[in-house]
Amino acid sequence: MEKNTAEFMNDAIRIEDLRKSFSLGFFLKKKEILKGISLSVKEGEIFGYLGPNGAGKTTTIKCILGLIFPDGGAIEIFGQPHLAHRVKNHVGFLPENPYFYDYLTAREFLNYYGELFLLPRGERIDKTDSLLDLVGLGKAADLQLRKFSRGMLQRIGLAQALINDPKLVILDEPLGGLDPLGRKEIRDIIIRFKEEGKTVFLSSHILQDIEMICDRVAIIVGGRIVNQGYLHELISEKIFFTEIILSGLEDGELEDLGEKYSVQGGKVFLRVLDESKVARILALVHERNARIHSLIPRTETLEDIFVDTVKHK
Amino acid sequence: MKVGAIARNTFKEAMRDRVLYLLFFFAAVGIVASRLLAVLTVGDRVKIIKDVGLASVSLFGVLMAILMGTGLVYKEIDKKTIFTLLSKPIHRAQFLLGKFLGLVLTLFIMTVLMSLIFLGLLYAHTFRVEWSMLLAIVFMLLEFCLITAVAILFSTFSTPILSSIFSLAFYLIGHLSWGLEILIRKMRPGLSRTLAQALYLFLPDLENFNFKTEVVHALPIPPKMFAGSAAYGVFYTLFILILAMLVFRKKDFI
Repeated sequence: MEKNTAEFMNDAIRIEDLRKSFSLGFFLKKKEILKGISLSVKEGEIFGYLGPNGAGKTTTIKCILGLIFPDGGAIEIFGQPHLAHRVKNHVGFLPENPYFYDYLTAREFLNYYGELFLLPRGERIDKTDSLLDLVGLGKAADLQLRKFSRGMLQRIGLAQALINDPKLVILDEPLGGLDPLGRKEIRDIIIRFKEEGKTVFLSSHILQDIEMICDRVAIIVGGRIVNQGYLHELISEKIFFTEIILSGLEDGELEDLGEKYSVQGGKVFLRVLDESKVARILALVHERNARIHSLIPRTETLEDIFVDTVKHK
Repeated sequence: MKVGAIARNTFKEAMRDRVLYLLFFFAAVGIVASRLLAVLTVGDRVKIIKDVGLASVSLFGVLMAILMGTGLVYKEIDKKTIFTLLSKPIHRAQFLLGKFLGLVLTLFIMTVLMSLIFLGLLYAHTFRVEWSMLLAIVFMLLEFCLITAVAILFSTFSTPILSSIFSLAFYLIGHLSWGLEILIRKMRPGLSRTLAQALYLFLPDLENFNFKTEVVHALPIPPKMFAGSAAYGVFYTLFILILAMLVFRKKDFI
């Protein structure tokens, strides 16, 4: 019992049996989007909310933020009702494909949102400058947002989510529509949040991003959570097979060691299922002065789990 | 002040909108054109200038209220800026109130500018500042506030084009409903009369804000009428705003 209360205290977000359906017209029947979502996000972790398009990720996030009113279920942030202003004071939010007031400059925009948190003038000015630097928009501070590119909007969106120095940051597809360099920069910023002790809840359908930065994940498919837990628990360390590319060995010597599935320019591609055979191949290579070009153990990835769960549903 | 911040931002948005200046330009043209009409008229030319000038201020003020009012709330929803806004510690009512006050401030500035042109033109003719004109204009401003509230109410649940049509209909009905009052006086007591009375109570009567004739012809106005009209404007506007807040309170932003 004591353990339970301790866990409860450490929850940044706690959702229980969240349900929501929309009717999209007067005579159309209701479409159930969320069919009883339960999840908990612990304080200080990066939580990945993973699912295919249309699974209900954004709807869940909008329920958390009070943009949509759920039909049923409970949502708590830091153990308090999620719509209380004392809670919202500590929450930052970046929507999917953000778009902001195009007639404002970046500086005016951040200043406006700072005012909504009742930050004093001096603090607003400092905060605006430091945030613009953080997201790499220092030079665009006095540019109207209508002239911003997609990537720049994503950055200013991230900056506005941080204006109140939130303890909980909710990011809806934060890496969508960015080039590889931009993705890396945003990823680095998200990892820095964690170092600063912030809790991050991010949704994505891009697996690599989540795999790279998240501590725990929940997978949502068709309005239901189908899997939830620590990444290292979900992904087993078990090696499926080892992929070896080598050259300089006779074909006959490899016959019972592994499955040869391709030969390109003298290089042999082997798929080895048994780990003890990998050692034997390595010994053989050493003995004959042959060459190893690559050796990759294939473990289970988040993608495997994801594809697996989606298929099962 | 959160409401103040939203109002300031709304004001900024409105003042950076080209539509506003287009309407202001036509209003100025309308006011100045009264001078031309005056030339073509036999009789009191100053009265024509006053008549047409006040009518221009009124018409373009209402158009500004409708076009700005229906656009600004809808734009926040359509462009999804409302997502980040309402995820902050802000009540939805504060959002609507901020929008309303920002628009009222915009209309106030625009009305002051139009009045300056109008009074300037009059001054060129009479060599007097006609302060009495301001009386009519103040009540126009009350009407603009009410129309803005109506435009915001419609835009909380429908598109700008529909909201504009609804708001325009509200405006037209409001200026024609006094006909119903005359009809009621001529009806015999009975069910139809009661129904007509109920309808009249429900419909807006915007002629309450129309002091143009009295001002132009320098007719006396009993102070009771001022108070009545002012109270009518304030309460009707509050009523519409509360209605808008109720619609907005439980709206899902998909």
